[in-house]
Amino acid sequence: MKDKLTSLWQILFGDSVRAFGVVSLIFLVSLAIAPAKNYFSEWRHYQHGYLRMIRNRSDANTLQRHFAGGVQQVWLPDLGVVDRCTSCHVGLKEVSLADVPTQPFRTHPVIPHKLDQFGCTTCHRGQGAATTVAEAHNSTLAWEQPILPARYIESSCGECHRGPLPGTPVLNQGRNLLSRYGCVHCHTVKLPDGSGMKATDDPPSLSHIADKTTREWIYAWLKDPQAYAATATMPNFKLSDEDARDMSAFLIANSMPVPGDTVALSAKPSTDPAAGTSLYGESFCASCHAVQNAAGNLVGGDVGPELTRVGNKVRPEWLQAWLRNPRTYDPPTAMPHYRFNDAQVATLSAFLLAKADSDLLANVHLEAATPEQIAHGKRLVSDYGCASCHEIAGIKKPEAFAPELSHIGSKPITQLIFLPGMPHTLPDYIAGKIKQPRAFSPGLKMPQYAFTPAQIDALTTALLSLNDRSNTLPPSLAVAAVSESDYKPAGKAGKLMNDLACFSCHRINGHGGDMAPDLTWEGSSVQREWLVRFLKSPGTLRPALIRRMPRFNLTDSEANELTDYIMTVYQSPSVDRDSMPLSGYSPGQVELGKQLFYGKYACQGCHILDSKRDKGYIGPTLTQVGSRLTAAWIYQWMKNPQALRPGTTEPNRAMNDEDARALTAFLMSQKGAGESEVARTKR
Amino acid sequence: MIRPSLTIVTLLTAVLATSCSHKTVSAPMPKPTAFGAAIVETSGGKQIAETGSLLPQPVVVQVNDAQGNSIAGALVEFSAVPGVTFDPPNGLTDSSGQVTTNVSLGGVAGRYQIVAGTFDRSHKKIDLKLEEIALSYQQALGRHLNNQYCDRCHNPESTVERVSNYDNLEVKPHPFTEGDTLNKINDADLTAIISHGGPALNKSALMPAWGNTLSKSGIDALISYIRAVSDPPSREAGPVYAQN
Repeated sequence: MKDKLTSLWQILFGDSVRAFGVVSLIFLVSLAIAPAKNYFSEWRHYQHGYLRMIRNRSDANTLQRHFAGGVQQVWLPDLGVVDRCTSCHVGLKEVSLADVPTQPFRTHPVIPHKLDQFGCTTCHRGQGAATTVAEAHNSTLAWEQPILPARYIESSCGECHRGPLPGTPVLNQGRNLLSRYGCVHCHTVKLPDGSGMKATDDPPSLSHIADKTTREWIYAWLKDPQAYAATATMPNFKLSDEDARDMSAFLIANSMPVPGDTVALSAKPSTDPAAGTSLYGESFCASCHAVQNAAGNLVGGDVGPELTRVGNKVRPEWLQAWLRNPRTYDPPTAMPHYRFNDAQVATLSAFLLAKADSDLLANVHLEAATPEQIAHGKRLVSDYGCASCHEIAGIKKPEAFAPELSHIGSKPITQLIFLPGMPHTLPDYIAGKIKQPRAFSPGLKMPQYAFTPAQIDALTTALLSLNDRSNTLPPSLAVAAVSESDYKPAGKAGKLMNDLACFSCHRINGHGGDMAPDLTWEGSSVQREWLVRFLKSPGTLRPALIRRMPRFNLTDSEANELTDYIMTVYQSPSVDRDSMPLSGYSPGQVELGKQLFYGKYACQGCHILDSKRDKGYIGPTLTQVGSRLTAAWIYQWMKNPQALRPGTTEPNRAMNDEDARALTAFLMSQKGAGESEVARTKR
Repeated sequence: MIRPSLTIVTLLTAVLATSCSHKTVSAPMPKPTAFGAAIVETSGGKQIAETGSLLPQPVVVQVNDAQGNSIAGALVEFSAVPGVTFDPPNGLTDSSGQVTTNVSLGGVAGRYQIVAGTFDRSHKKIDLKLEEIALSYQQALGRHLNNQYCDRCHNPESTVERVSNYDNLEVKPHPFTEGDTLNKINDADLTAIISHGGPALNKSALMPAWGNTLSKSGIDALISYIRAVSDPPSREAGPVYAQN
């Protein structure tokens, strides 16, 4: 062995010339390592692959001309972007490469932003400066930001765009869920503009709960809210029997009665078994409240609570007082004050109380509560942070009850504790935490929500958008959300509108719901007589809609008060309702308008004007439009409907003056059955 | 320190597969207690979702015996191109013979073929192929415009919330899935009809002009959506099946 080594030494370094030669050789080889590494680098391999691929295409010359070899880089100091992704993803900008089946050579799908302005990592995350596949896409020892999975990609839109976008339904849904499910009651979310994310749910006050419901129901609800109503937003705290017993004992003991929120009615419900159903239908309760039908499907809106088993929950005398005037128990409620008479209240409450499930409370038997149980219940109510969401007399709303989430989308992976078997990425951690919070530690207070997989994805997307970049973005890049105004109508009419909860459905001056039409310019749009009649007895305007204006049983003076206010205050600066007459158009113009209506513009596709011949029911019925709308409004509407009501389905036909005038004349001639009535009241 | 396994569903899964040496530890396959003779779709085929996102409804398949009765305890495995994920990826049929899985599509827009497979008594594999559509950003934007402006007339199906106007029209509009007709109309002609109304190409005036309501990019988005959902597939929308 030793001989062999000696002879090798002799061969290599036997004399000085030989030694010099060998050392030079070693030196040269070692010098060649760096260029060789460069030559065999991954990005060069992909660029060669790209050139091979385009060689056989018909547009090879164009693609070849666009191709630039070497490491490519997008550098955007404002955004902190140094992206070399285009070194391998060579064809991102080549529209013709849409038919390439796999990456890295496929063209980028069409998006509203340019690669040169935003780079790649702004949306996709990953390590922009890396030039190997693994380092760019995965988290490595040195770098931890992996590529964002496509299912959460909309979170990146949310870094700059703070309001909803038509192209980001998942992000919009996630943000809504954060507000609607009350996540922000416990978790502070500071938005980059300095404001805090606000909750849109309205958890009921528990200070007077004994008036409304029984201890047995509270117990069952605390144990499993979704057993009472599948749509309940209240999460499941996985309470033990004893804890639920003590908490229900405390809430009942702590409750103080509200004067007037329980009444014993002398009126008897209607003997007609269908009366309740029809009153529920006529009052359009289903616009806001859902009920599970026999097939198990929910029918109705989600503004108010689900009523499938409401008979198990409410005390009859409370329900009757609530139906008579909900504002006695809960002044800011979204529920309108229907002016039901006692017989109607009795009929409707009997109908609702029959909505019960005999199994729900069958196994709940609670002994009278001891003072120790009540004290324990109070401690639990504080510990679980119930007062973060609910107003509870004697318990203060806790401050910063749960971790702040304003930067959750940039939380370093090293600070996270993953479950066994869970992929070590931030999105997986967030999704896992929302899916099963207590799997991370049995002692955690975060309750179990009943989210669907799609809702979990949406929430994760919204949370990922709350990150360092969204908080440090140059102001020029941020696209602010249109914030809800705090508009409140004044005076007597304002009080009436609050009592009728108009804003639960209608939007006025940037405030209110979106279920019903925006009324900001209603005073320019409709005729006074029609509005009074409509408020007293709302008829059907859009036959295809299932949600309609309910009848509030207004008195004459209330209807007039409201109409006067709407006609005076809600006027459009661009429509002068007195600039065109309501009638007296020439028969020639009316005839021309009719031809345009049925011929050139084919309005009958969407509107019913002659109920015997027209069938379209996308737009409102126009049989009495001449008694409903003002001529000036119709004329301006013909010219540009979106200018009067942004987002309306009616297409903008860019009508010339002559056509618009003729159609206005024709439509104003459609006085319908309402004409005689109006004429009578005038006489 | 060795980073544990990473599974990242990205645009680049195919490339990653070669470089990523770690594989997710998948749950062991359950042991079937019964074998069927056929596998049929209960629901969940032909759905539309954005790239990478969950299909709105889960996919439900049912395993039957030779007489068409459902079989409980049969093993069903779901598979598709890399990038498509199933939760769960396999399972035993329940008492009604069904297996339900939540599917999220890959990051590339296009049609995805997903395969639900089971084994018969002789361990021969029986497959059921379903097709789902993933929309790109532009196509999703087109779908949004479709829902707002087009769907009420162009979609004959009614839902509780959206009553179709299709039956009320004297000249019937083409549903956007009607590939046999729409694939023959090129983008320029579709743009003309949408912008200037039916009469622009000697078609019905019941189709109004939308050129002053929709932007140019909106009309492009709408057309890309129409191409994406057409059946049979439009060649302009790219390869028939996305490979991610």
